[in-house]
Amino acid sequence: MSADLEQFYEVFFEESSELLAEMEACLLGLDISSPDPEELNAIFRAAHSIKGGAGTFGFTDMTEMTHMLESLLDKIRKGEIEIRPEMIDAFLKAGDVIKGQLAAHRGDGEADVAAATEVSNELKLFSEQINTPSAEQKGAAQQPQPEAQQMQATVDTAPASEPAPSIASETEATRFIIEFSSDGINTKSMENLFSNLKAFGQLEKLLLSDEEHLCKLRLTTSTCEEDVWEALAFIVDPSQLTIEKESQLGATSSVIENNSAFDSTNSAVSENSEQAIHDEPTELKYSEAPYGFFPGAPAAPRDTKNLEKSETASQLPADHNASTGLNNSQAVPKQPKSNTPSSESSSIRVSIEKVDQMINLVGELVITQAMLAQTASEVDPVLYEKLNNGMNQLERNTRDLQEAVMSIRMLPISFVFSRYPRVVRDLAAKLDKKVELKTVGEGTELDKGLIEKIADPLTHLVRNSLDHGIESPEKRIAAGKMAKGTITLRAFHQGGSIVIEVGDDGAGLNREKIMAKAAERGISVHENMSDQDVWMLIFEPGFSTAEKVTDVSGRGVGMDVVKRNIQDMGGRVEIDSVFGVGTRITIRLPLTLAILDGLSVAVGAQMFIVPLTYITESLQVKGADIKTVGGVGRVVHVRGDYLPVIALHEIFNIKPNSTNIEDGILVILDAEGHKAAMFVDSLIGQHQVVIKSLEKNYRRVMGVSGATIMGDGKVALILDTAGLVIASQK
Amino acid sequence: MEMGKTILTVDDSASIRQMVTFTLKGAGYEVIEAVDGQDALEKANRQAFNLVLTDINMPRMDGLKLLEKLRDLAHYKNIPILMLTTESDEQMKAKGRAAGATGWLVKPFNPESLLEVIKKVTN
Repeated sequence: MSADLEQFYEVFFEESSELLAEMEACLLGLDISSPDPEELNAIFRAAHSIKGGAGTFGFTDMTEMTHMLESLLDKIRKGEIEIRPEMIDAFLKAGDVIKGQLAAHRGDGEADVAAATEVSNELKLFSEQINTPSAEQKGAAQQPQPEAQQMQATVDTAPASEPAPSIASETEATRFIIEFSSDGINTKSMENLFSNLKAFGQLEKLLLSDEEHLCKLRLTTSTCEEDVWEALAFIVDPSQLTIEKESQLGATSSVIENNSAFDSTNSAVSENSEQAIHDEPTELKYSEAPYGFFPGAPAAPRDTKNLEKSETASQLPADHNASTGLNNSQAVPKQPKSNTPSSESSSIRVSIEKVDQMINLVGELVITQAMLAQTASEVDPVLYEKLNNGMNQLERNTRDLQEAVMSIRMLPISFVFSRYPRVVRDLAAKLDKKVELKTVGEGTELDKGLIEKIADPLTHLVRNSLDHGIESPEKRIAAGKMAKGTITLRAFHQGGSIVIEVGDDGAGLNREKIMAKAAERGISVHENMSDQDVWMLIFEPGFSTAEKVTDVSGRGVGMDVVKRNIQDMGGRVEIDSVFGVGTRITIRLPLTLAILDGLSVAVGAQMFIVPLTYITESLQVKGADIKTVGGVGRVVHVRGDYLPVIALHEIFNIKPNSTNIEDGILVILDAEGHKAAMFVDSLIGQHQVVIKSLEKNYRRVMGVSGATIMGDGKVALILDTAGLVIASQK
Repeated sequence: MEMGKTILTVDDSASIRQMVTFTLKGAGYEVIEAVDGQDALEKANRQAFNLVLTDINMPRMDGLKLLEKLRDLAHYKNIPILMLTTESDEQMKAKGRAAGATGWLVKPFNPESLLEVIKKVTN
């Protein structure tokens, strides 16, 4: 059967990741002084759900860790233990361990066993603090449960009230005799099992027979029977397992008197309640089948009368439905609208390949539509009016379809933002800084591919802001600021791009320091550089102004990588900073990787696409404005600036209509603050083009970032504008 | 094969839901999924199920509340409702029984015992 279960692993992994993220968010948002019971419940439920899944799918290590988490959370939830800040840390660490285990099961790295042991010990320590006087009182006060009336009745015979047995089992050692068949359990699982049990207390192996596959153990532990059972149940077939309390304990132990009193209470409670519920003997409590029925309950199969009733009853509603016929069925579809639909029930999980295939197909459709449109434009619009109308409708529908399909890949940026509260919390604690993280516009959507790629650069920027931007509380107070600094993450749409800002109210960038550092690093600087240009120096490879290297933002390795990553996504970075006030880093990204707004330009017989985001203007110039520099390069004088000329016909070695700049058109480009003028024969028009990778289909070509198919079926190259502009500066 | 019997499976965990659905569909049952008690109640109001299998610990509305609400509905007075839960303790079973559960299935479970218990109540 386990082979069958594998098909659900992926869903389980994803679901667990989501639950872990949810749990972390709740933990970070929890108000320790007065925790919201709903929040605590949500955290508990997340641990509980992961445990359930992990158990079902056989991920024992995760089951154990989530079990520890769940037990402690349960006690907190019930008010038996008061939550403390250290616990939050331990919970977060446990979450990390589970994340590691999850990754390991996914085949990505190995789980950190040492960390798991450490965290589980920590959690256990917290759990055991239940017997502090205040906690005990609290627990006792909250214990009575109205719904368990049968149970209370049986407790009457024993003087101790309900909480007693649980406290007894928490604090006093009990000996359990564990017997099970080791048939079908491999050595590794056995070792796991032993180490699990050892974690509970003292373990003695009484009998280990290879031939009969019988294993008999004695465990002396303060853990309750249920926990022992649970630790075993995921490895050993429950029907093959018996756990009994060793009877001699009472006779030999020195703490018998107290103990046996508790013990008898304990068994009395369980026996009686067990009887009331099952009419079955207690000893086999855990050895019975993994399911059961309540005698006399509706539709319970043991009682034949009931069974018949349920059978007829179960038909009834259907008949009833049929007989009421129309009325019912008409009323039906209205119902879901009036109720708030659950977000999960109205969504489906689809593999990303399917979506990408669809996007690709829609891309092809857009191209085909463009081709048809072009052909149709050549026919007489009066004679073929219907065709033209049809073409217009096709164009609209295609655009709508394209938009709809693209939106499938869109995810809110909260997917990325949600990880930063933890990053900031951990790092602020490490650096002894006080920082508040604000996020704005979490609902802003962008392509899933970009979401995945933006996470790392953004993490780096956030860490950098915290490490180098935000000052220590003392310095902040001395500078007349609040001791607590603020880092703001903001996202919004602007035109066809998404803008993401990382802002802080820290020290701001220091112009002199950066200039000095850059000079030291051999980067060319001059006094007249604009602030913008100076700030951009921090993105130069190997640049770092931090006097000492920290393990937080590292050695300045990264800022250049950040910039490169963002550029690879087709995005840009800008920095604004005021010394003493703060810094804001702005990232601009295209909404999607698959489609680009471009201007088509012609050079000779060739057509090129220039991404619109780089174009500031297009113009024609007079001969007087064109200058030759050093006999090689040419510059053109535009609005007081001398811009280098990029002559596409020279770069791609093609024959233009004219080599005279006066005859053609100059497209003024602005890439990362550098400007250049691109010389082309003519402008053709503005298009939305579907990007096809040239690298994948051919090979990487300098100055070209991709290709697309135009309406007439011809291939046009998409220019690597930033690359060309940078190259023109040299 | 159990043609024509429709089961409502209620669990906030998608992987468990998928596994239950897969197992039961394989045995010829019709299966409808619900993500929590609230969702289940809405679906149960729209369609008459022959059996309900519910998790206990869920957001919005838990399994116990769902049990009570279902038993209040005329259609579900005598329908088998099984609780599927990791809470194997007696207290939870007592609560489930008080809320009107027909029986319980301990989670983690394997597909065989799931089918076994379902067959027992539907036959």
